[in-house]
Amino acid sequence: MVDPRQGRTAVPLVLPTLLTLGVVVVFPLFQAVRLSMYGENADLDVVFRGIANFTDFLVGPLSGQFWIALGNTTLFTVVSVTLELAIGLGMAMAMHHVVRGRGLLRAAVLVPWAVPTAMAALLWKWIFTPHGVANAVLGTDIVWGAEAWASRLAVVVADVWKTAPFMALLILAGLQVIPRELYEAARVDGAGAWQRFRRVTLPMIHGALLVAVLMRMLDALRVFDLPFLFAGSADNEDLVTLSMLGYKYAVQQADTGSGSAVALLTLLYVAVVAYLFVRLLGADALGTRSARKAGGRRS
Amino acid sequence: MKIRTALRAVTVVVITAWCLGPFVWMVRTSFTTEPEVLTGNSLIPSAPSTANYEAAFSAQNSFLRALTNSLAVAGITTVLALIIGLTCAYALARLTFRGRNLVLAATLATSMFPMVSILAPLFTIFTGLGWIDTYQALVLPNISLALPLAVWTLTGFFRQLPWDLEEAALVDGCTRRQATRKVLLPLLAPAVFTTAILVFITAWNEFIIALTMTNRQEMFTAPVAIANFTGEITHQSPFPSQMAASVVVTLPLIVLVLIFQRRIVAGLTAGATKG
Repeated sequence: MVDPRQGRTAVPLVLPTLLTLGVVVVFPLFQAVRLSMYGENADLDVVFRGIANFTDFLVGPLSGQFWIALGNTTLFTVVSVTLELAIGLGMAMAMHHVVRGRGLLRAAVLVPWAVPTAMAALLWKWIFTPHGVANAVLGTDIVWGAEAWASRLAVVVADVWKTAPFMALLILAGLQVIPRELYEAARVDGAGAWQRFRRVTLPMIHGALLVAVLMRMLDALRVFDLPFLFAGSADNEDLVTLSMLGYKYAVQQADTGSGSAVALLTLLYVAVVAYLFVRLLGADALGTRSARKAGGRRS
Repeated sequence: MKIRTALRAVTVVVITAWCLGPFVWMVRTSFTTEPEVLTGNSLIPSAPSTANYEAAFSAQNSFLRALTNSLAVAGITTVLALIIGLTCAYALARLTFRGRNLVLAATLATSMFPMVSILAPLFTIFTGLGWIDTYQALVLPNISLALPLAVWTLTGFFRQLPWDLEEAALVDGCTRRQATRKVLLPLLAPAVFTTAILVFITAWNEFIIALTMTNRQEMFTAPVAIANFTGEITHQSPFPSQMAASVVVTLPLIVLVLIFQRRIVAGLTAGATKG
């Protein structure tokens, strides 16, 4: 089906984008690989260190920090994406089925999405101050910022608030393309509400769910704004994430070698997770399969 | 049936309250002053005041300058990303060529990129060039986020457009130019406009690049400036003025998003579920 004439037309159209991405992404990435192999010795001379920057983080003197950051990032990703999936699915079902107040819901859901993440971080930090409204509403007396699990929970709540609506909108788009006849057929066959959800809705939005989860997961694995602002520094062991660790070394300590090493390890981790997710669960992020199947479905 | 109606009403109320509640609290805090703001929890402040806004805009914060910087950086980023990405999206949506899926995958992969992985080298390069505290040091890394988003969203939109209209216009005796001006541009305009809003919001909300590439307060973007607010007097909580400034930064976006609600949702899902 490849038409050589279309190929010739496409090259000049695609080239500006590829060249730009080459300059702003690929080139810095190669630089990162190069920089990650250098470091300063005791006399502050720049010396070639091979893979020593990486081994320092993986098994060496900095491994404590690295594995804590990796653990925090993974925990944050698993917990918040799971919650976002559940809440997003609930919100999407509500928006899909509710008739009265649907406009209100659709508008309300967009508000958290529109609030900049940095502002959401400060807002939730304020809500979770000891005298803040969270303690007032819950009737508790928790010093959220000082306790490891309380501060992690606060960051997860802030993230779920901010991003579950986005998840809901993606899932809603998937719900809206399910043909009504399927539900009617299921009803005629005697399927109850739960069975209709389980046997019709879920299989039909399976693809949309996987793509939404994949996108949110990759986003959560690089999380920076929320925990950084919540913690107030990149040194907080309870909240430090891989991106915060990379920022700490590359920017705050101007240790480019270590910073690049953390950054590349982060990238590797994200890539492996994405690859496994696509391989194991078959998330069709490019939409090529569904497009072929449904002949370019519209929603 | 009555129970079901009531249940649905409750659902609507709960979701709306959960989504709007924190934002309402942001607005409430912005109009509440000390000491009430620190200990009181009533929704309506007993003595509403604009003092926090005055504090936010006070000279020591350079907040107005930060807003200008944000506007400039997000604006330039949006324009560049759209100009560069437009033709690419057209090719991806309309043409079949070898490597098409590769280009799609490459743009998707870069949009999912951890920003920190290119931050270290860019920081080193820009420091060497003396570009720290310049707009280009803010715009260039932003392009790596904005361009894939623009290409992705536009491609999603373009796939849904009735392109046959252009050929129909040509068959009906329009010249190429007429077909472009009278048929093609009106078709493309809403897609480009919506994409512009999405890209602008992303660039406006960007934090880690701006935090890395700026040292001087005059070059801070709004989110970085607000994060750096301190109380006017030592020990004064910065939160009330931060909330006031956050309202200033957020409200235009919310108004924009609500006005163009349908288009934005279409844009978000066009980019995400198709590609």
